[in-house]
Amino acid sequence: MKFTWNWLQDHLETSHSLDEILEILPMIGLEVEEVDNPAMRLAAFTVAEITSAERHPNADKLQVCQVNTGTETIQIVCGAPNARQGLKTVLAVPGTHIPGLDITIKEGEIRGETSCGMLCSASELGISEDHDGIMELPADAVVGTAAAQAAGIDDIMIEIAITPNRGDCLGVRGVARDLAAAGYGTLKPLDFSDEEGSFESTISWAVETDDAAACPIVTGRMFRGIENKPSPAWMQQRLTAIGQRPIDVLVDITNYVMFDIGRPLHAYDADKIAGDRLVIRNAKDGESLTALNEKTYDLDNEMIVICDENGPDDIAGVMGGDRTGVSESTTNMFLEIAIFDPIAVALTGRKLNLNSDARYRFERGLDTDGPTAFSGYIARMVKQLTGAEASHIVTAGAGVPTQDPIAFAPSGVKSLTGVDVPEARMKEILEILGFGVDTTDAASWQVTPPSWRPDIHGKADIIEEIIRIHGYEHLPMLSLPRDEMIAKPSVSKLQRRTNYLRRALVARDYVEAVTFSFMKDEDAVLFGGGDEALRLANPISADLNMMRPTILPNLLQATGRNLRRGSTDLSFFEIGPVFHGVPADQQFHICCGVRQGRGRVADWRHSNEMVSVYDAKADLLNALSAIGVSVDNLQITNEAPDYYHPGRSGALMQGRTILGYFGEIHPSIAKHFDVKGACVGFELFFQRVPTPKDKGPAKPLLALNALQALSRDFAFVVDKTVTADALMRAVKAGGKPFVSSVNIFDVYEGDKMEDGKKSVAITVTIQPQKATLVDAEIVQISDKIIASVAKNCGGVIRG
Amino acid sequence: MQSLDALQSELLAKIAAADTEAALDAIRIDALGKKGVISEQLKSLGAMPAEERKSFGAQVNAVKQQVSDALSEKATILARAALDAKLASEAVDVTLPVPSASQGRFHPLSRTIEEITAIFADMGFSVAEGPDVESDYYNFTALNIPPEHPARQEHDTFYLKADETGARPVLRTQTSPVQIRTMEANEPPIRIIAPGRTYRSDHDATHSPMFHQCEGLVIGTDIHMGHLKGCLIEFCKAFFGVDELPVRFRPSFFPFTEPSAEVDIGCSRKDGGLKIGAGDDWLEILGSGMVHPTVLANCGYDPEKVQGFAFGMGIERLAMLKYGIPDLRTFYETDLRWMRHYGFMGHDVPALHTGIVG
Repeated sequence: MKFTWNWLQDHLETSHSLDEILEILPMIGLEVEEVDNPAMRLAAFTVAEITSAERHPNADKLQVCQVNTGTETIQIVCGAPNARQGLKTVLAVPGTHIPGLDITIKEGEIRGETSCGMLCSASELGISEDHDGIMELPADAVVGTAAAQAAGIDDIMIEIAITPNRGDCLGVRGVARDLAAAGYGTLKPLDFSDEEGSFESTISWAVETDDAAACPIVTGRMFRGIENKPSPAWMQQRLTAIGQRPIDVLVDITNYVMFDIGRPLHAYDADKIAGDRLVIRNAKDGESLTALNEKTYDLDNEMIVICDENGPDDIAGVMGGDRTGVSESTTNMFLEIAIFDPIAVALTGRKLNLNSDARYRFERGLDTDGPTAFSGYIARMVKQLTGAEASHIVTAGAGVPTQDPIAFAPSGVKSLTGVDVPEARMKEILEILGFGVDTTDAASWQVTPPSWRPDIHGKADIIEEIIRIHGYEHLPMLSLPRDEMIAKPSVSKLQRRTNYLRRALVARDYVEAVTFSFMKDEDAVLFGGGDEALRLANPISADLNMMRPTILPNLLQATGRNLRRGSTDLSFFEIGPVFHGVPADQQFHICCGVRQGRGRVADWRHSNEMVSVYDAKADLLNALSAIGVSVDNLQITNEAPDYYHPGRSGALMQGRTILGYFGEIHPSIAKHFDVKGACVGFELFFQRVPTPKDKGPAKPLLALNALQALSRDFAFVVDKTVTADALMRAVKAGGKPFVSSVNIFDVYEGDKMEDGKKSVAITVTIQPQKATLVDAEIVQISDKIIASVAKNCGGVIRG
Repeated sequence: MQSLDALQSELLAKIAAADTEAALDAIRIDALGKKGVISEQLKSLGAMPAEERKSFGAQVNAVKQQVSDALSEKATILARAALDAKLASEAVDVTLPVPSASQGRFHPLSRTIEEITAIFADMGFSVAEGPDVESDYYNFTALNIPPEHPARQEHDTFYLKADETGARPVLRTQTSPVQIRTMEANEPPIRIIAPGRTYRSDHDATHSPMFHQCEGLVIGTDIHMGHLKGCLIEFCKAFFGVDELPVRFRPSFFPFTEPSAEVDIGCSRKDGGLKIGAGDDWLEILGSGMVHPTVLANCGYDPEKVQGFAFGMGIERLAMLKYGIPDLRTFYETDLRWMRHYGFMGHDVPALHTGIVG
């Protein structure tokens, strides 16, 4: 919402300075977005008079002007056709920055003639799009004074942000009323008395909407004998200052009234209306109309339109039609002041994707008394500015009933805000804001909102009005009461997993990523996603049109991007949401990691060690143990999804629950994301891990075996297909109950082995149970281990 | 036969001259071995008369002791020299580089969320959660934003495809739906924060289609706007680590709170830089207000009996202001160089007792 300082003072009698007003506006809820002081911005431009203008000797379209600056006469070469002797215009001397051209004027020669400055057009000053010629200032402008003042463009423009509930502040008068309530002046009375017409309007209203609430009231007046000339300078200057382009007096009046008192109007050319009735009704499916913006809109039955005998030519509350609109040749006008259902206007505008200043105000709620209350005020303005004669008012609809009074306990202000506002001040604030206040019952006032505040529904709204105007600076500052001196943890044990995982992975040189929850649908499909229910109806780009099924693709994409930027040996992880369906239980958080190349900064001690499936496995197991999973009891299968290398990947299972996948990324997937070199990844479904029972902080008692453990090494030759897992289980089973741990320290598959065989070297730790083992007993245990490996894995001791 | 004195002198000279452990050992054998010169002298004792034997024997043993001591002393010296030589040969280039710092990094966003959580934990808040794909009801309607409300247009909502009933799930445009879910599932008193991802279809230098918010909700019987003010001022001071931080509350509008307030903190701008603290300018950092009676009623609460406040803040904005990160879009680019610079190392976990100010 834009207005000017002088415009505000039309409505507000105030002794406060502009700076004081700018300071209080945000404190009553009207946030100041911009202040533009053209006088300051254009201070370098002065009034000058052309004392002579001669044809340039070397250029047909240029003139050589002698210009009186007020202190001297200088020569300026000018190309404007309207440069002429005696013209008062705007001068920029060398060194002045020209905002409309973004250049700084220098003294120079143009085709051999000295030019010591520039005579400027309005567009060169950046104040309008008018570049037909240099500005023509009034004849009485004083040479050498500030041009902005002489041109009448020195009014200060203020732009404030209006929250969606404050439709009443979309007119200058509403802003003035708020300031008055805050104690920054008094609201000037305006003459809102009725205006008798002098003839009967030949056009009348008929409201035939399906729902009577769609148009509770509409008024109109006919004006005849209009001279549709340009509007007066003061009106043009104000409209220009707030960024509106002056057109002609009729259009300018409708705009001016909209910004002045927040009341949108629609002006018909009465001679273009077919028949003698304007009918307000639902549009019929298939109807269309061309609006004032010259675009054609297809209408449907839910939209309200205004029609003459030729059909609809106004989309109610949104935009008028081209066919019956006023033009410069209009002499007879019919002026509409209506109330339409804000919801209907909003839905229609949204459906047609059509925004307008009128729609903006209608959907935020207008003064429901406006069609009658403002009719006289507006009629007098039209008569005065156009010389027209006004008809009697024509009306349809009973209007919007006054809101019922709201029961309001003044004590509620203290209990909701903690502030003691004197009751007299509460009453004063409400009354200046236009509320009716009946304090007969001192404990429960009856408060009636004014017709321009459809946003007020209950006592919380009234408390807000009082505290907003009284000032938030009066709010006390209280700490929340503490239930206990030492606060309890704010995260649950389940939520704490995220913290643990993050720390465990960062400790393993992983760098944390935060990537978008949506991705390209084709990529989602590669990773098992692509459910149509998870497609965005209005994606921001085709690359971000599907909710992600996993985080791997995001990390692979990031890896590819970093490689292209010259970073290598990468490790990224992310903990975040993935989406397998719309229901809340099909959206869950997972933890993913990707390593590329060496996975960490190259170290000359092991320069060629590239990441492998086992790094991914180690990361996954490490992460699982970080959240308290005892990883020894998990099963490993090789059933990972097909975006992993089919022979170098696995799944970690707890019973039937898949806790995670790990492996080398399938080469074709890696290539798809432009990832070169070794590349592995893991996915951890940590929310599937069951919550352990709360056993308290104490750990079970440590029972150390006093008998010394001993270790024995074995090398078994087995088929290549025998898994390490199977071999270790066989060793444990054979050496029961003495084998306390089994560790593989070498796997050899080289050319010294028979085809299809491998040698696996194992250290077995043997823990005596009740007494020290004698040699014969140790031999016996070893034999049982060897026999178990032979039976379960077909392995033999390597000779 | 050589005199004992001469023999001793000769052996001691040889020992002194020995330059390897092997040479020394040869001298030892020549002198003290079974057939060594000193052993031979001792053997000759048997043929001597008793008196002479006694005195000569003592002389020989004295020589033997002298030689033996010299051998042992020399052996120590040579062993030491040999070790010194070996160690000298083992020298390496200690200037060869090794990884000097942990390479893992926390993202500034997760760091900031942990900081926020730590501060609110101390005020008795717990963390609540909700889904990213939300129903229209939780994201809007329950929050007093009916379908036709103009506020909806300001949200730039992402929609998923309509299901068979015509309902269009949305990507939550705010973390506020977690308020509703929390109130539906719990009785007052309530004190929660809900950090999480939020989405709006806007993408330019200062907007990202995905960003993070942290919601807060306090419900009780006597919680009023003074508590809101106190709670948020305490948060701002703790989060930015500025004791004298000016904090300003301004009236605003949110459909789900009434009265509503924007919160600004003091700052100063100089030479393109921004400093948080007392200054001549204000920065908007969060929105807040007393929970709207309609919202309380939507969750099954009696607005006549309970009241409270809610707030919401942009986590990226807080992180940018606190840590001087200039560009919003860089948060999601996963650029290793950026993460090395703006990320946090593994040992650096924010906690109130060790401090949360970077």
